[in-house]
Amino acid sequence: MGIDSLPAALSVIRPELILAVTALVCLALDLLYKPADKMPCWAVAFFGSLAALASTIASWGTEQEAFSQLVRMDNLSNFFAVIFLMVGLITLCLSDSYVQREGLPAGEYYTLLLISMTGMVFMAQANDLMTVYLGIEIMSIPVYVLVAMMSKSPKSPEAGLKYLLLGGFASAILLFGIALLYGAVGTTQLADILRQAPGALKASDPLFLAGVGLLLVGMGFKVSLVPFHMWTPDAYEGAPTSVTAFMSVAVKAAGFSVLIRVIVLSLSPMAVDWSQIFWWLAVLSMVLGNVVALVQENIKRMLAYSSIAHAGYVLVALTTGTETGIHAALIYLFIYALMNLGAFGVVIAVSREGDQGVEIRDYTGMARKRPLYALAMAVFMFSLAGVPPTAGFIGKFYAFSAAVKAGYVWLAVIGVLMSAVSAYFYLRVLVVMYMKEPEAGAEYSAGPWGAPIGAGVSVSLWVCALSILFLGIWPGWLSHFAQQALQGLTSLL
Amino acid sequence: MIQAIFFYIFAASAVVMALVVVSARNPIYSAAALIGCLLSVACIFVLQSAHLLALLQVLVYAGAIMVLVLFVLMLLNLSRDELGRRRITVRRVTGVYLVGALVTLMTIRFTKHLWAPAVSLEPGFGTIEEVGKILYTKYLLPFEMVSLLLLAAIIGAVVLTRKEKGDGR
Repeated sequence: MGIDSLPAALSVIRPELILAVTALVCLALDLLYKPADKMPCWAVAFFGSLAALASTIASWGTEQEAFSQLVRMDNLSNFFAVIFLMVGLITLCLSDSYVQREGLPAGEYYTLLLISMTGMVFMAQANDLMTVYLGIEIMSIPVYVLVAMMSKSPKSPEAGLKYLLLGGFASAILLFGIALLYGAVGTTQLADILRQAPGALKASDPLFLAGVGLLLVGMGFKVSLVPFHMWTPDAYEGAPTSVTAFMSVAVKAAGFSVLIRVIVLSLSPMAVDWSQIFWWLAVLSMVLGNVVALVQENIKRMLAYSSIAHAGYVLVALTTGTETGIHAALIYLFIYALMNLGAFGVVIAVSREGDQGVEIRDYTGMARKRPLYALAMAVFMFSLAGVPPTAGFIGKFYAFSAAVKAGYVWLAVIGVLMSAVSAYFYLRVLVVMYMKEPEAGAEYSAGPWGAPIGAGVSVSLWVCALSILFLGIWPGWLSHFAQQALQGLTSLL
Repeated sequence: MIQAIFFYIFAASAVVMALVVVSARNPIYSAAALIGCLLSVACIFVLQSAHLLALLQVLVYAGAIMVLVLFVLMLLNLSRDELGRRRITVRRVTGVYLVGALVTLMTIRFTKHLWAPAVSLEPGFGTIEEVGKILYTKYLLPFEMVSLLLLAAIIGAVVLTRKEKGDGR
């Protein structure tokens, strides 16, 4: 790449550049302002993310490779970037008052959040295993720190350490897989791997197969599929709730963006092999996630297991390896982001200082005193359970019908059965909120569901709830954009 | 020929050292073996004419990082009781089995290339100049990404280790 093509190359990574520069500005501002005054940092982070989102949307439809084909901007990467940035913006709104209440170091918090988002956008644009790996690391390391940031609570550093150690292992496994793949085909470029895959498969090259297997393990860890899910409940429970919200959707979506690009699209010649593995991973994730969520008393743990199950639903769509399947997965990830963020938003609104009030029994009789929060929670729970007319139903409908169309009827049947199981624990929250009276004199009825929380949380709750209802009734435009995201890529299948 | 003999000596020493790293009971032995393993790999790099890589391997890994690891291990000063006894669990047996399978597969794969003729290298391969050139042209983006990654790691380390003063500062 010559110097003269630099401006064109930089325009490909414009969202990442905006995010990275914003992160640096945020870090510098934190030094200039007094600790109590966190507004400038927040505002810079918010408008920086907004600018990155605008830049992504503006480049919708362009297709360009840059930096000796290490990154590639196309509609698929733009679709995922929109998800990450949307999640980032909503997380910032959820974080504002939470960070102040819990006394988290705000400047570093926002900086790390922005760097993590930069890594995610790199992952979505990755066109080479090297960029894939670096993107994953840029995303993960800030998240490990964010998880461990709440030093007042003993659970948070423990969760961070667990996540760091297991995440480190997963990264090493992923890197080993990349090394084996490189040894087998002599390239890390995804396009070259796609070209060489049929030959390597014909020779049933053990290096190639082992490499792909190890890649799958590393990515399975990031999206927390069973049996690589062990870290999920502890990390989600111990992390500050706003960080849990962020990682349960954005990290997962980023993991899936890599999974789609590397495994589903670039290794499509070996679809027969990986779709079998996907089948088992999807079934295990759906069954274990939903069944173990039944017995959880802590709402963050319950949502952690439910997020494992939702990764399973996305994988159901990807098992097909068809265009319809990827289309369904994109729709599901978008909708899942909104509903899960919303649910964690309510958890933030209801909790009290020190991350208290996150047991399901703390929600007893909430509908009386906080009818609006209860209503929003009802929308999110119905959506997560997949009840029409919420968007959650649309997501599941696309995912399962893609599976049926591709002939994976049993997979769809198991998925539907497990969604029925999941209705129990989602609706249990509603029963507790609407049909039970708070016990007189009980500790949790004394504090009426937290002090009034900032406007940011309320706004993001309403944005999430209304868009879920909107998408549930008019899913057409999301489906249209997801279709556009796959343009030009489906020839690979 | 002489190169091949040295290669097998260093490769065998790297593998043996790596096995000691994971099997030694005393972490100090593990750390010492890891230094040996890293040095053997550095020697292999030299044989492959990747001199800069060999130098960095010795300076950064065998030097700086391992000193820190040993430092922490000696600070912790674990006693024999704290280390626990060697146990054979289902997980370990499965792990050993899987690693064995992987090694067997790779051995079968590589024996095909055992006597393959050496590949000729471009002039200047492995020199600081050539590595620098490729780092700032072809691999400019990953290079910059790593710097962002290191920044994130530095911020993280500072956030997690500083002492509390007042409102979370």
